[in-house]
Amino acid sequence: MSGRYLFADIDEPGLNTLAVYERRGGYQMLRKALQMPSEAVLNELETSGLRGRGGAGFAMGKKVSFLPKGALDIYLVCNADESEPGTFKDRELMQKNPHLLIEGITIAAWAARANHAFIYIRGEYAFQADRLEAALAEAVQAGYVGEHILGSELTLSLVVHRGAGAYICGEETGLLDSLEGKRGNPRLKPPFPAIQGLYQGPTLINNVETLSTVPTIMRLGGAEYAKLGTETSTGTKLVSVSGHVRRPGNYEIELGIPSREIIYGLAGGPPEGRSVKCWFPGGSSSPVLTAEDLDVRYDFDSMAKAGTMLGSGAIIVVDDTTPILDVALKTAKFYRHESCGKCTPCREGTNWTVKMLERIQTGEATPMDLEIMASVQEHIMGNCLCVLGDAMAMPIGSMIQKFRGEFEQVIEQARMARERVAQPPEGRRAGPRANSHESVPA
Amino acid sequence: MSSAPGGWPYTGEPIEVHRFAHGSRVPGWDSSVDLEKDPATIPDPATTEVPERVRAEIEAHMAKYPDRHSAALPALAAAQRHHGWCSPEAIEQVACVMRLTPGYLTAVATFYDMFETEPVGRHALYVCTNISCSLCGADEIFAELSELAGEDPDVRVRAFECLGACDLAPMASVDGVYVGPLRSEDLPGLLDDVRSGRPVLPEKQLATRLVADPHANSEDFPRPGPVAGVGVPLLPGMEPVATHGPGAPEADPGAALAPRPPAGEPGIADVPPHTRPTDDLDPRLPPSDQPRRVGGPEPLPGTDPQTPRSGGSDAPRAFPQSEEGH
Repeated sequence: MSGRYLFADIDEPGLNTLAVYERRGGYQMLRKALQMPSEAVLNELETSGLRGRGGAGFAMGKKVSFLPKGALDIYLVCNADESEPGTFKDRELMQKNPHLLIEGITIAAWAARANHAFIYIRGEYAFQADRLEAALAEAVQAGYVGEHILGSELTLSLVVHRGAGAYICGEETGLLDSLEGKRGNPRLKPPFPAIQGLYQGPTLINNVETLSTVPTIMRLGGAEYAKLGTETSTGTKLVSVSGHVRRPGNYEIELGIPSREIIYGLAGGPPEGRSVKCWFPGGSSSPVLTAEDLDVRYDFDSMAKAGTMLGSGAIIVVDDTTPILDVALKTAKFYRHESCGKCTPCREGTNWTVKMLERIQTGEATPMDLEIMASVQEHIMGNCLCVLGDAMAMPIGSMIQKFRGEFEQVIEQARMARERVAQPPEGRRAGPRANSHESVPA
Repeated sequence: MSSAPGGWPYTGEPIEVHRFAHGSRVPGWDSSVDLEKDPATIPDPATTEVPERVRAEIEAHMAKYPDRHSAALPALAAAQRHHGWCSPEAIEQVACVMRLTPGYLTAVATFYDMFETEPVGRHALYVCTNISCSLCGADEIFAELSELAGEDPDVRVRAFECLGACDLAPMASVDGVYVGPLRSEDLPGLLDDVRSGRPVLPEKQLATRLVADPHANSEDFPRPGPVAGVGVPLLPGMEPVATHGPGAPEADPGAALAPRPPAGEPGIADVPPHTRPTDDLDPRLPPSDQPRRVGGPEPLPGTDPQTPRSGGSDAPRAFPQSEEGH
């Protein structure tokens, strides 16, 4: 096993088919779970301390326990809209081991007493969605999904739902709206989806990796699983390492190992002769860290203590040959494009951040623009229905804070170059912006 | 004081809207709505012709959900596959089958990147230009590919947001098939493959790629031929990990990893030997046909030197860092 749970024999030929998956002990954990009372299964999930792998890191067992009791229809939604830049772990899981996810969903449905389940997979993952649909057809045929699964009380319908290309649909309430056939606009919270989610019913939403971990928890037992990782970040985690590393890809790590082990040890570090300038520890939404932070342990709490977040577990490494401005501009443009436009701070904030960064790039900016930009980020944070705006404000804010000198240098160099060309009269500041401002009648 | 046209108070004069030179972000600002027209109602099934295949597909989707509205996305996708884009006709057909107004579906279709609201070429080439890919030269790849595709009406090259394959960076999704890492020299072949309907760059497709984690596949797993993940080769010019970078870690990259689980894992011992890789692992070119393999690979420190390794298998996983794009 080499200490891998999600990635155990992941490249075994034909693992995506039921025959091979069953031969490897597949669906045994579903049998085991269905012989236990659903409260006992939920108890195992709570004991395991498994925290959501999608980005927020909320304890899965606790999320399940928030669902109201009673004779309501409970929905379970698997969030497979993996769109966070830098993240590609769910793709690998769904493509190579779709039955693991289906088994995890069925067990979680038993724990949550859910009877309708949906896998919302992003539209770009056509190959992975085909694989999931084929696996689902096999599972239905074999009686692992459907009515009275394996003779138990559990009746579950499972639908693979394909999205159509929108980052915001990875946000849980945006996903729910999209799944209801609407534009993927986030909703006001509370009420939280656990109380009022899909079709206004109680809904449990979990990431692919979280649900794929459930069979492992059933196999090891919650207490045994909790021994992996650190006390508050239990278990193993898939990290997607990309950017300036020699061996980009997915790695399964035990939470709490030093980040250097991942970036240098597993992914091989930046190419020869270059060094790490900054890195996103949890997708492009997380505040960046620098080379000084390479020894921070890779778990939820250590990352939070370092002023960033573990997020989706996507490490993007940027080496010292890359201007930070390029990275900031790419990041901001992405969020501008993906903002759904519902909340003003996010819609306008992302747009103006891009414009101000472009002004820096074209040499029209003044050092004061950095202050304005930083204050725009502060005004986005916490002022929107969802965290898409925050997801831009956090990395951009951290880049301005940590690489302020570099931004100022770019601005200063552009100013000097412009002055050499323009020779401004009477010491007035040249530049298109200054001129256009003065020409506007009061 | 008399007010100027467009000023306050409103005098009934036509209001001149000041536009910004850099363009407004208000959707539809530049293509105004025809206010003479009444809003379209739910199309009449008696007068709306819907191709049988599209109707059957939409109805099958509607039957899957507790609420028929949920089928809007798959239904629009079905209509788009048939018509090539979400044309007014396509939207009307979906609206007719789903009993929704065309306006509702237009609102949905315009929200999502993968629904085309204007006629496009048959082949969709999405080039990822997000952070990870652009760090590896995706912007140059996109520019080159756009130029090579030229004015071909059949091929649409489009810069796309993160496609979730940063391990292939820079990469593209060609009619839904992920290929990467792309180099300039691959692009003419890629376009040839697209235009002639052949599988696109077979040796660079995502489906052929093994997981990067060198410890992901266990040693007790009997695998034929190329062994995945064990002994990840370094390209020439790359040094073994431990010697690189400030304060590089100890040689064994697996040292800090999860402990081995107790022996007797269910099911693993039961796996019979496999005779050949299946769809996940083919198509493999013989080592002689691997164009980018130069020089002998070095094993990673801490990996098993006994494990046989054959040429081509791991070529797509190593990451040749070129200078282009930096």
